[in-house]
Amino acid sequence: MRAFSYARAEDASAAVRLAGASARARYLGGGTNLVDLMRETVEQPDALVDVTALPAAIEARSDGSILIGAGASNTAVAADLAVRTRFPALARAILAGASGQIRNMATVGGNILQRTRCTYFYDDASRCNKRAPGAGCDAIDGFNRIHAILGASPACVATHPSDMCVALAALDATVHLQGHGGSRTMRLVDLHRLPGGRPHVETELQRDELITAVELPALPFAAGSTYRKVRDRASYAFALVSVAAALDVGPDGTVRDVRLALGGVAHKPWRASIAEAALRGRPATADSFRDAADAELADAAGLRHNAFKIDLARRTVAATLEGLAGGDRT
Amino acid sequence: MSIVDTVKQAVTGAVTGAMVRLTPDAPVDPLATKHGALGRSVPRVDGPLKVGGQARFAAEVPVEGLTYAALVYSTIAHGRIVTLDTAEAVAAPGVVLVMTHENAPRMAPPAIFMSNPRAAGASDLPIMQDPSIHWNGEPVALVLADTQEQADHAASLVRVSYEAAQADLSFDQARAQAHAPDSVLGEPARIAIGDAEAALAAAPYRVDLSYRTPRHSHGAIEPHAATVLWEGDKLVVHDATQMLHATQWTLAGIFGIREEDIRILSPFVGGGFGGKGLWSHQILAIAAAKLSKRPVRIALSREGVFRVAGGRTTTGQRVALGANADGTLAALIHTGVAAMTAHNNCPEQFTFPARHLYAAGSFLLEQKVADIHMLANTFMRAPGESVGTFALETALDELAEAMALDPIELRRRIEPDKDPTSGRAFSSRHLLEAYAKGAERFGWSQRPAPRSRREGEWLVGMGVATATYPYYRMPGGSARIRLTAEGAVVQMGSHEMGMGTATAQAQHAADRLGLPLERVRFEYGDTDLPPGTIAGGSSQTVSIAAALLAAHEVLVAQLLKLAGNDSPLGGLKAAEVEARDGGLHHKEDTGRGESYASILARAGRAEVVAQAEAPRPMEVMKHSMHSYGAQFCEVRVSAVTGEVRVSRFLGSFDCGRILNPQTARSQFRGGIIMGLGLALMEETEFDERTGRIMNPSLAEYHVPVHLDVPEIDVIWTDIPDPHSPLGAHGIGEIGITGVGAAVANAIHNATGRRVRELPITLDKLL
Repeated sequence: MRAFSYARAEDASAAVRLAGASARARYLGGGTNLVDLMRETVEQPDALVDVTALPAAIEARSDGSILIGAGASNTAVAADLAVRTRFPALARAILAGASGQIRNMATVGGNILQRTRCTYFYDDASRCNKRAPGAGCDAIDGFNRIHAILGASPACVATHPSDMCVALAALDATVHLQGHGGSRTMRLVDLHRLPGGRPHVETELQRDELITAVELPALPFAAGSTYRKVRDRASYAFALVSVAAALDVGPDGTVRDVRLALGGVAHKPWRASIAEAALRGRPATADSFRDAADAELADAAGLRHNAFKIDLARRTVAATLEGLAGGDRT
Repeated sequence: MSIVDTVKQAVTGAVTGAMVRLTPDAPVDPLATKHGALGRSVPRVDGPLKVGGQARFAAEVPVEGLTYAALVYSTIAHGRIVTLDTAEAVAAPGVVLVMTHENAPRMAPPAIFMSNPRAAGASDLPIMQDPSIHWNGEPVALVLADTQEQADHAASLVRVSYEAAQADLSFDQARAQAHAPDSVLGEPARIAIGDAEAALAAAPYRVDLSYRTPRHSHGAIEPHAATVLWEGDKLVVHDATQMLHATQWTLAGIFGIREEDIRILSPFVGGGFGGKGLWSHQILAIAAAKLSKRPVRIALSREGVFRVAGGRTTTGQRVALGANADGTLAALIHTGVAAMTAHNNCPEQFTFPARHLYAAGSFLLEQKVADIHMLANTFMRAPGESVGTFALETALDELAEAMALDPIELRRRIEPDKDPTSGRAFSSRHLLEAYAKGAERFGWSQRPAPRSRREGEWLVGMGVATATYPYYRMPGGSARIRLTAEGAVVQMGSHEMGMGTATAQAQHAADRLGLPLERVRFEYGDTDLPPGTIAGGSSQTVSIAAALLAAHEVLVAQLLKLAGNDSPLGGLKAAEVEARDGGLHHKEDTGRGESYASILARAGRAEVVAQAEAPRPMEVMKHSMHSYGAQFCEVRVSAVTGEVRVSRFLGSFDCGRILNPQTARSQFRGGIIMGLGLALMEETEFDERTGRIMNPSLAEYHVPVHLDVPEIDVIWTDIPDPHSPLGAHGIGEIGITGVGAAVANAIHNATGRRVRELPITLDKLL
């Protein structure tokens, strides 16, 4: 591990100031991903700014929204009663990820900024455009079973590994940010980038910009939302495909509104806007759900090992929506 | 040299050497049926130490002035090192030494496993002696520093450039040039009886199927480690090993020193499974200790285990079965290729089950190997039998389906009355009984028709397969008994990797000596003790038992001599006495006997010491000796996602007499759990473009987690083998065999789909 400085920030402004003093500073939350990557020398920060002292409160507001401090642990969010009743998809998504020990350490801010599990990204003997821009990508023709089927580029086919973010993307979450130029908010779905030609730039965050909170706007029908994760073993594995969904069906059996996002399929949590648009006003039937999934996945492209994900995503979307329509939340 | 060759040589030696006892038809061990400490559930004697953190493992032994080692691994599969820039590493804080081929001491290549009964080398490649590279991950430098962190950091500063040579990395391409190995563990690589291809072609029912199984890496909870000290010319190695004395002999050859100047200690091993042998890390640590004149600790990172300690190799197999209308087999063909290197000798004996399991009119059993530039593969829990039973037992399931026969009924019809290829009598075979008991307990009669049972989105099915593993007893082990008035200590340089060795042998010693369990102790894990045999091939329990039995005979003779004519035992011969109640007694005349304490006191002796070598394993020359089991599995497969969940499992075993039900149950269950991993998720990702292992981490290399493992029921016949010490068989490996097939057969029953390539991941079921 390379030498680095360490400082603990008391508030967001101090954190941004501390980070600004170093060329390659990183904010340290639970360290469950960053420290691993430092050990692997994939991340080589010269300074760590510990932001675990920043607000971790989970504020359930009377208007039905919830504001979650970026320092909240994943465990705390998943256990929060308001989260569980208003946005069960979020609690389920968090509990579907990692292990109890890791969730105890991991923060909301850190979870959002975790990096891909592409094995070529981790291996410094391999070419990776994320690790070394311009080096090339060994995953495209290598082991790419866990890689992207949507929005990938010739430079990068990695996926974003977070479960939590998939639920946040579906639930219209916004992120509160603080940077050198002050504070702002951004929709979570706009925070992560597709790889394009610059896969090492993973977010729209400005230099040293810090996530301070995540806000979930009120969405009454999200009380019936759910998250389904498909993976290679029953626990402690990243998603091959995951689906976060909320469905509002009117008394006439048509879809009044829907929220849908996919995980494990792209460089970012994938909000399925095409499927959502295709569903609104349509009867809440298996056929509609399959058609919507097909529409969302029309541009999906498989590599040598991951083409199965296209069909898997289609099936999982349809089954999850059918479950919601039938009142069955599995 | 193979296990069988070793035995043959031992037998030849026995015929010419008067000192060695020949016991082809030894009487049944009286302890085989006696109920004392043996047969009882006894918690592991090492349990409290381990739970309390008091058991010192190889990487925990305190040593003054210790240095810590880190390895730098090659990033090409074949070629040579062109430049080695160590300047930055040498200058890094805390660095004591950077060792490369340029400054490493001269060392002879390791004697490869089976080239000599005591050879332990995983391969016979020279270790860090020249710039040549033979696999991606081969250590090219070792950094020693005052702390592990400093060593790790300095290792990241070593710069190496290579000149790559053409590497053979594609299994499919290498298969085209596959060749016969000299032998498969000493057995012929090819066995042909009759014209199996012709019989297959003429058979009214036939299946002819291809299988693929992937590479697996060892993932014991304790990564490989050693703490190494030179004390003058004497070498002390605290190792995590399942082959103490073989390691001692092999290291002596590598370093050109006398065996008696090497001491290896390994009192606790955090899981072996075949992987805790002699790899390059111990040898490099010893070399670095020699060069630096400092004690060295090497504890491989998890990545390091994947890069320098080999695992199970990949196979491509064909099973073709031709059946007559009555369900007997006209032809049994099992052939295939395993990936290997040009420098090791581990052909993955996947045709072994088919050599002994079933009757057939003709056989063609043939193994080849394909040379790949990769880390030497090695033994991994039931090497060969684990993946061989996957192919054979799923093919039988397919045949049963084609014949509209229950798979258990098919196995009844092909049950042999003697070993089908060797012609030898079975020493003890109760496979059909294991099937019958298992079927009843599991509710096999409830097995649905394929793809007929559905609960919500979950398709439910049941499958069954045979488990089998050979009985081995290794020659060359000696045990020593030290008997005092207080009790007894049995000593042998054996291994405890968590299986319960020390517990079972303490139970054995208690019953053999007629002492209560709390007055006997089993000492092991040290080459200063009488030589043990390797803990491999599920052989250790009976190998120790035979040595202990032999030592006990010597002890009884000594005790009778010491007792003399003034004793109630006076005039009795060894055959007329038995050990019980803390002494020796006339077998029939219950009132006639003397306690050990009394014999010792009258003789003015504090202790009696007896040591003997186990007789040669003649029983395997005369009989076909194997363990058996029937593995029953119920799975649930999502009709939406293809996810597989094993919902119920039962292993019904026939492994001779079970010595300790508690530790036995754990071993069987552990094997079954490892089998679930083999069936559903384990795969070392070997990038055939570079030869690099891409998932050297337990995050990406999947083994079952708790949620993947259902309640596993285990039962056994408990019928003693009349030809083995204690009536026992080893049970460390059989648990994994047959599991892959039982799961695959259950998946077929649930979904109607056959998957013939492991692991059965969900994408193969969509």
